Amino acid sequence: MPRKHGNSLLELTDRTKRRNAAEARFKAYGIAAIAVGLLMLVVLVTTIFSKGLGAFQQTFITLQVELLEEKLDKNGNRDLDDIKKVTTFGYAPIIRNAVETKVTELGVETPLKGKDMAGLLSKDAAATLREFVIANPDEIGKTVEFRFLAQSRVDGYLKGRVSRDSIENDKNISAEQLDLVDALVAADVIEKTFNLDFILGADASDARPEAAGMGVSMLGSLFMMFVVLALALPIGVAASIYLEEFAPQNWLTDIIEVNISNLAAVPSIVFGILGLAVFINYMHLPTSAPLVGGLVLTLMTLPTIIISTRASLKAVPPSIRDAALGVGASKMQAVFHHVLPLAAPGILTGTIIGLAQALGETAPLLLIGMVGFIASNAPDSIASGLLSPNSAMPAQIYEWAKRADPAFYERAWGGIIILLVFLITMNTLAVILRRRFERRW
Amino acid sequence: MPTFWLVLALIALSVAGFFLGRNRALVSAGGNSKDLHSLPSYYGHNVALSALVPALALLAIWLLVQPMIIDQRVSSMIPEETISEGSTIGLVMSDVRRVAEGLDLAVAEGAMTQEQARNLRSEFSDVRGRLGEIGVALGADVRPEVLRAAQTYRTLSNTGNIAMTVMVALVALGGFGWSYGRTHKDFRARNVVEQGILALLILAASLAILTTIGIVLSMLFETRNFFSLHSWTDFFFGGTWAPNFRGDSDLSILPLLWGTLYISVIALLVAVPIGLFAAIYLSEYASKTTRSFAKPLLEILAGIPTIVYGLFALLTVGPALVRFFGQGENGILGVEWMSGATSVLTAGVVMGIMLIPFVSSLSDDIINAVPQAMRDGSLGLGATRSETVRQVVMPAALPGIVGAVLLAASRAIGETMIVVMGAGAIAKFSLNPLDSMTTITTRIVSQLTGDTDFASPETLVAFALGLTLFVLTLGLNVLALYIVRKYREQYD
Amino acid sequence: MNDMTAMDSTVETQRTKIAANSVNVYYGDSHAIKDVNVEIEDKTVTAFIGPSGCGKSTFLRCLNRMNDTIDICRVTGDILLEGEDIYDKRVDPVQLRAQVGMVFQKPNPFPKSIYDNVAYGPRIHGLAKNKAELDEIVEKSLRRGAIWDEVKDRLHSPGTGLSGGQQQRLCIARAVATEPEVLLMDEPCSALDPIATAQVEELIDELRENYSVVIVTHSMQQAARVSQKTAFFHLGNLVEFGPTGQIFTNPEDPRTESYITGRIG
Repeated sequence: MPRKHGNSLLELTDRTKRRNAAEARFKAYGIAAIAVGLLMLVVLVTTIFSKGLGAFQQTFITLQVELLEEKLDKNGNRDLDDIKKVTTFGYAPIIRNAVETKVTELGVETPLKGKDMAGLLSKDAAATLREFVIANPDEIGKTVEFRFLAQSRVDGYLKGRVSRDSIENDKNISAEQLDLVDALVAADVIEKTFNLDFILGADASDARPEAAGMGVSMLGSLFMMFVVLALALPIGVAASIYLEEFAPQNWLTDIIEVNISNLAAVPSIVFGILGLAVFINYMHLPTSAPLVGGLVLTLMTLPTIIISTRASLKAVPPSIRDAALGVGASKMQAVFHHVLPLAAPGILTGTIIGLAQALGETAPLLLIGMVGFIASNAPDSIASGLLSPNSAMPAQIYEWAKRADPAFYERAWGGIIILLVFLITMNTLAVILRRRFERRW
Repeated sequence: MPTFWLVLALIALSVAGFFLGRNRALVSAGGNSKDLHSLPSYYGHNVALSALVPALALLAIWLLVQPMIIDQRVSSMIPEETISEGSTIGLVMSDVRRVAEGLDLAVAEGAMTQEQARNLRSEFSDVRGRLGEIGVALGADVRPEVLRAAQTYRTLSNTGNIAMTVMVALVALGGFGWSYGRTHKDFRARNVVEQGILALLILAASLAILTTIGIVLSMLFETRNFFSLHSWTDFFFGGTWAPNFRGDSDLSILPLLWGTLYISVIALLVAVPIGLFAAIYLSEYASKTTRSFAKPLLEILAGIPTIVYGLFALLTVGPALVRFFGQGENGILGVEWMSGATSVLTAGVVMGIMLIPFVSSLSDDIINAVPQAMRDGSLGLGATRSETVRQVVMPAALPGIVGAVLLAASRAIGETMIVVMGAGAIAKFSLNPLDSMTTITTRIVSQLTGDTDFASPETLVAFALGLTLFVLTLGLNVLALYIVRKYREQYD
Repeated sequence: MNDMTAMDSTVETQRTKIAANSVNVYYGDSHAIKDVNVEIEDKTVTAFIGPSGCGKSTFLRCLNRMNDTIDICRVTGDILLEGEDIYDKRVDPVQLRAQVGMVFQKPNPFPKSIYDNVAYGPRIHGLAKNKAELDEIVEKSLRRGAIWDEVKDRLHSPGTGLSGGQQQRLCIARAVATEPEVLLMDEPCSALDPIATAQVEELIDELRENYSVVIVTHSMQQAARVSQKTAFFHLGNLVEFGPTGQIFTNPEDPRTESYITGRIG
């Protein structure tokens, strides 16, 4: 019998085939888009790990150092004041001796002079030695084994960053020195091992990338997060409770609400300008202080916390409030005794996510002076932790990325790994909290 | 830290107030809490809050106002004519503060007695040297008027701090005494406490407005200073950005705006198609399992701090682009179009990657808000899914998606770290995406970091740039939120 | 062939358009339709009635494979349209749905002009060679949808601006624009007021001249008013199927009687 559309359902018309092809193409675009997005994630993560994991390992040179009494303590009475008078320059010959002894002992042939041999060590070595001697004056005159940091080119050579081609115009290292490195590596004098100091240590100046660590800036971040938590959580929760539970519907409430949603989208650098103008220029709080950083990040995080807190308050069904009011509780009691505890997991999750956001934020910190500053001393008390100049993890990473020596780039990537570990931990915690306590009404 | 101890003392007083207040209430009811108007703890809270809150408020206000008054008093001591060429009252005042801090430190370390610090005369003694000994380095010898100003500054600060401590203590004790006196079994403690808490809640909520006012005022104030030193026509219409230290800088926003917009456009060209198609696939095609792993994975991209993207641009994407478009014969394409790693393309592409999840999750929400009935209508007529998406879902979601793109644009314009590290520092009008260019946010950072002199137009211009940026992004946000809200209402 | 037997059996009834043989539908683990056999005739209005959740809408959606859009839905048995199994692997649901149109519970005009709403189907299926032909199809469909007179002066204003009843008639016009053979209606009047309902019911009666219409309805009065055949579903079973008059006046199954007299529902 005649069909309106001509042919049987079982045969595809040309038009349907064309349309199905278009459909398949369209779907492929979607898959491609997702694939590109995921690919970017993979590229980013592999870049971070392939370039940053090296920072957790460091090249060390093990030497037996003879702590010569005539150099370190001429009077021989172990008087600390006298010992302190010997500067790091005074330690240089001792280190040179130790290297020369080692090289001779191993029978390595090298055209290098003692000074160039000692050049394999970090400029930090003399300071390390001096600190040890001052701490243990009794060891003077004895021979002690030390593990010194190798200088960054040697470290780079072992990690493949520095090659014999790349050092042609490099003043810091020569081909002969690399020959010596090869010989010392073969003799297990130079080895690459895990470097805890990268995680816990302080930053170091431009010339000593091998000694730079994240520890102090991590403390800076910690103090900032402490400030953010102490201020943003109570203020954010209080503001949310007012807006969600008590605020009358009027123009003022409207303004506040519009304001909060807009503040959430204000570029972070604007908060930095605010911090610079208000906290530093006007209130004369100290530059580079974690307290100021914390205040700026608090203002920046507040909208996020308020928005998520309001969402969790909203999710508590009105019947709970009605029940509390029904047994004669005041509105305030209903909120604080019933609604708030029920909303707590949601509030906590939102707060952790807000904190994670604040932890990774860099731009406002640049303006309040947390960059360009070598965070070399760990704070010794809560007050100094809050008020004395410090860096923060992202600021430290930016600082390293800006420095000329490529050895710092590895540390910047390594710093990112540490930062990401914090962020992942915080976000996982938030997810677990949400899964564990989430209630579906 | 006298303030710190003061706060601790206030807290201690308030805790004590809680227990004393509760006790007194119970005693007034003969130990029977049923006779009380409110629960016993409310009486405690009443005393605690009355002791703490007004005193803390006074302390906060005092801390804000005191520096202002002292600055005014001290700066009036410095005669106009002693401010040397090229310097300003602001710079002299920062010297004054530094000397004053040095003297404080000297006293604290025992290098000087209070008496000596008060009577020190630069005519008779080497102040710079003496301060240098305790680690306060001064740039130049201390002039007599600066030293005297510093001494006055110290005296005023000290007096101020003492007055503050006394006043705050008085207010705290007054609040304590008053509320403690009122504590009686018939006192409506709960109502009073709840009123107080409500006031605190309102205060917290208005902090958002205060922040906005703070942002606008701080930038307006410095922007006004900038325009008094530099012509506004040059800023808005000049065409050249070339700060220098001779005092005839060209500071026009236009080349910066061009760089900003160019980079943002490239970022959106990357993010919008990828984000949008990803959102379409996730909401229209993907199975539940695909969605449940692809969506959170994509959103990880949004959670990565911008410093990571900045480093990625500077150290990975930039050099990769140079290998393609630069290095002449040695490059992959054998061309010499790109000299350095920083370029509009570098920053734009990386920023685009960052914005992918932003666009995709906003669009996902918006596409999901299109009623299923509309899809059914189209599918029921024999449309394929892609026809349904392109001809029914997209037109319906268009306003919302426009809003999402505007929000993404606002993010791109305000983004700082990626452009600071990936875009470069050269302000110019160029169409070549491989050129290094600079943006508004980059210039804000560079003008406000390092040694800054808040009396020179080269520093103050950052506030004018910041204000422009704020207005620009605020405008985009307000527009976008308005559009999205309108869109949502349509389907609610 | 089914249609031959249908032709032979009674002169009154039309030939069979759709024949469903032992159809089962599963949503995940739940068995939504249990072994349903039914024959739907051409140029007839068939009503599916039954309490909520009885599976009548589910079954309706099987007839143009709208259930394909739900991942967990599985259909067994066969449904023949003009003797061809619509669940055959070779059948493209897109082509099928052009021949089995559907009108939904809530009017769902696209956010486009009235003209574009109606022209949407013909456009995607390539039914018009040129603008003039398309204009003609649109006018014809709007006339069949009994809404032409109300909208002819504002064909380019948005379809969402019409009243509820007008929107539903627009959706019917949109569905007939692809020249379907069968028109499925899923409670088309449930979102409409009584006057609009009356208009749509009148329209359904007119549509019978050209199409086989299947309507799912909650309202037994509506079923009685518009349909010639009625099928009663209960808990996924097709309990009774027959001429509408017979079902309402003299049901064979006690469950049908209970439902009609209001004891289950």
